[in-house]
Amino acid sequence: MLKAVILIGGPQKGTRFRPLSFEVPKPLFPVAGVPMLQHHIEACAKVPNMKEILLIGFYQPNEELTRFMFSAQQEFKISIRYLQEYAALGTGGGIYHFRDQILSGGPEAFFIMNADVCSEFPLLEMLNFQKEHGEPSSFVILGTTANRTQSMNYGCIVENQGTNEVLHYVEKPSTFVSDIINCGIYLFTPEIFQHIGAVFQKNQQDMLLDDLTNGNGWHRAEAIRLEQDIFTALAGQGKLYVYKTRAFWSQIKSAGSAIYASRLYLNQYHKTHPERLATNEDGGPRISGNVYIHPTANIDPTAVLGPNVSIGTGVTIGAGVRVRESIILHGATLQDHSCVLNCIVGWDSTIGKWARVEGTPSDPNPNDPYAKIDSETLFRDGKLTPSITILGCNVTIPAEVIILNSIVLPHKDLNRSFKNQIIL
Amino acid sequence: MLANMKALILVGGYGTRLRPLTLSVPKPLVEFANKPILLHQVEALVKAGVNHVILAVSYMSDLLEREMRVQEERLGIKISLSHEKEPLGTAGPLALARELLTDNEESFFVLNSDVICDFPFEDMLKFHRHHGREGTIVVTKVEEPSKYGVVVYEAENGRIHRFVEKPQVFVSNKINAGMYIFSPSMLKRIQLRPTSIEKEIFPSMAEENHLYAMELQGFWMDIGQPKDFLTGMCMYLQSVRQTAPDRLTTGPGFLGNVLVDPTAVIGKNCTIGPNVTIGAGVVLEDGVRIKRCTVLKGSRVRSHSWLESCIVGWSSSVGQWVRMENVTVLGEDVIVNDELYLNGANVLPHKSITDSVPEPRIIM
Repeated sequence: MLKAVILIGGPQKGTRFRPLSFEVPKPLFPVAGVPMLQHHIEACAKVPNMKEILLIGFYQPNEELTRFMFSAQQEFKISIRYLQEYAALGTGGGIYHFRDQILSGGPEAFFIMNADVCSEFPLLEMLNFQKEHGEPSSFVILGTTANRTQSMNYGCIVENQGTNEVLHYVEKPSTFVSDIINCGIYLFTPEIFQHIGAVFQKNQQDMLLDDLTNGNGWHRAEAIRLEQDIFTALAGQGKLYVYKTRAFWSQIKSAGSAIYASRLYLNQYHKTHPERLATNEDGGPRISGNVYIHPTANIDPTAVLGPNVSIGTGVTIGAGVRVRESIILHGATLQDHSCVLNCIVGWDSTIGKWARVEGTPSDPNPNDPYAKIDSETLFRDGKLTPSITILGCNVTIPAEVIILNSIVLPHKDLNRSFKNQIIL
Repeated sequence: MLANMKALILVGGYGTRLRPLTLSVPKPLVEFANKPILLHQVEALVKAGVNHVILAVSYMSDLLEREMRVQEERLGIKISLSHEKEPLGTAGPLALARELLTDNEESFFVLNSDVICDFPFEDMLKFHRHHGREGTIVVTKVEEPSKYGVVVYEAENGRIHRFVEKPQVFVSNKINAGMYIFSPSMLKRIQLRPTSIEKEIFPSMAEENHLYAMELQGFWMDIGQPKDFLTGMCMYLQSVRQTAPDRLTTGPGFLGNVLVDPTAVIGKNCTIGPNVTIGAGVVLEDGVRIKRCTVLKGSRVRSHSWLESCIVGWSSSVGQWVRMENVTVLGEDVIVNDELYLNGANVLPHKSITDSVPEPRIIM
């Protein structure tokens, strides 16, 4: 049997996702209409013999997470449990800490995946690849090709081109190493814990030699990063292989990348969930391209939506409204004639008549098949980088103003136009 | 009122300050509140008894000549074009037109062509005859006199003492409004060469007690550049509200002073105004919001767009969900694609705009 572990992080992580992560744990932020994590869970549930999905992170147990797990268990008929780390233990430390839970029931292999990736999740392909490569207990990293410059922002993998064995692994190098990058999705056998255990033992010894009085020493020994601490050491040992996928893949670090990820998933719905894509119907709004509309949303037939629009529960969209490349979260209201482009409109926010709320997309270069979305910095040369516009929860935009390339923190009533600003 | 009066209008050159509009149409023919700028002046002059208008132009335009022939016919007056071979400033053109201006002994008007106001020509003539000296200039009150040249004159009779350029301490808040009436004898002061009437002729006239100031009542604006064109339009429409409110359109969907040509078509759920002028044959589709704008003849604004402080040039087309603001001026036959944002864009004629202009700039 098989298991899957999804690393969901915790509230101190994902700051680039603010102000949206104030309201909801980032892994539950809706991408293409469903929580980010649900895409992972759906993919796992499709794998034959998948018995259990474990979420590991350091969020306090909370209602949203509990509710999500409950409904996902119902929907996908699979056991889902949350295991809370006592502190951020890193990608390796977390699974090592909960190794007994992962190994209970005796899985012959298990997937590890980061919550903040958007992927087609070629899990069956990874299983088949593992059977065909190396010894039965080898480990597999999902890899994809990036362009030379962007590769250096990721974990870089050098492979043996004949065997696909990982010969060298380096995380975010400062010079070019390889254009094959780590997708943050792995297939391990239980033997991985021997390797993590070895690092843990070594950390413990170092710590004893180092400083006996340090109070958080245990934490230091247990904080282990899979990438730097494990893969780097395993490379070239005949244990670690890379399965390269041509399927879509993106990180979801910044809020801007959520819009890009939504586009990728909405496009995938043509194959996986055509029922989730809105169509042009009599008495309905005009749909252009891929659009997700929650059935509880109330949309005027003169509105024009798409491409790449996701409309959440209970959203109200008035007459003559235009929405493109945006995510509208639940309870928001877009009044007549307003125009929303490249935005995330927060929960219960209101946009007045004829208001224009617009951002600048940070899409990957469309002419480079290997380009990834840049996880841009908020400021460049002391100026706010033009990015998508984000309205936090319960923001009110008055009629007829323009909000351009701005981030509005929750519960603000704006009274005029703003451009290129963070509004506290 | 006596007939046989003459007026000289200083039209001048290419009207570069009002580009991109003046790249397609000579400035005097650009419609202000749905009527060519020049006709606002000419019609007021005709009403005051002028039957010969001389346009001092420094470049010839077939369009202007043809249009003036039409207006001669319509108004039953004579319109001459006095062509400067080289720019002669604000006084030189009077010397060039000397023969036309002196074929009788009557006083004559001289106007800058960019001025819009309730033209007080009859009052000027009365005032001028009353003091009996060589010249009268109309002055208007401004809020910040330090930006202008001001006129210092006697409050009781209007006799001008002196002119002060950009005064640093307050001496007067009245400036030259660009409208004069002169007796023919004044022409002996001007030679046929480039000369500034304000700097070279008026000071000596004032010194000899030959120049009087008459204060203008009501609004005044130099509409020579787009920003002031729009401000002047707001003032003009307010004056229409007081003098001829029937010319303005009111009712559901209209706010404040709005002037709409009867051939314009306006869609459902639009909100128009305040301070909007819609020209002949213009189409505003459904759900358009427009305020403080001039939309010139034959243009179309498509659904759900939002316009403030813009001039939309002739036969232009503004797409759906476009936002234009901050003195955006579209030249003739400009196409703005759907969903764009234009902030202070100056767009030359026959351009198709496919990208937003988030900061003011010129689109060649």
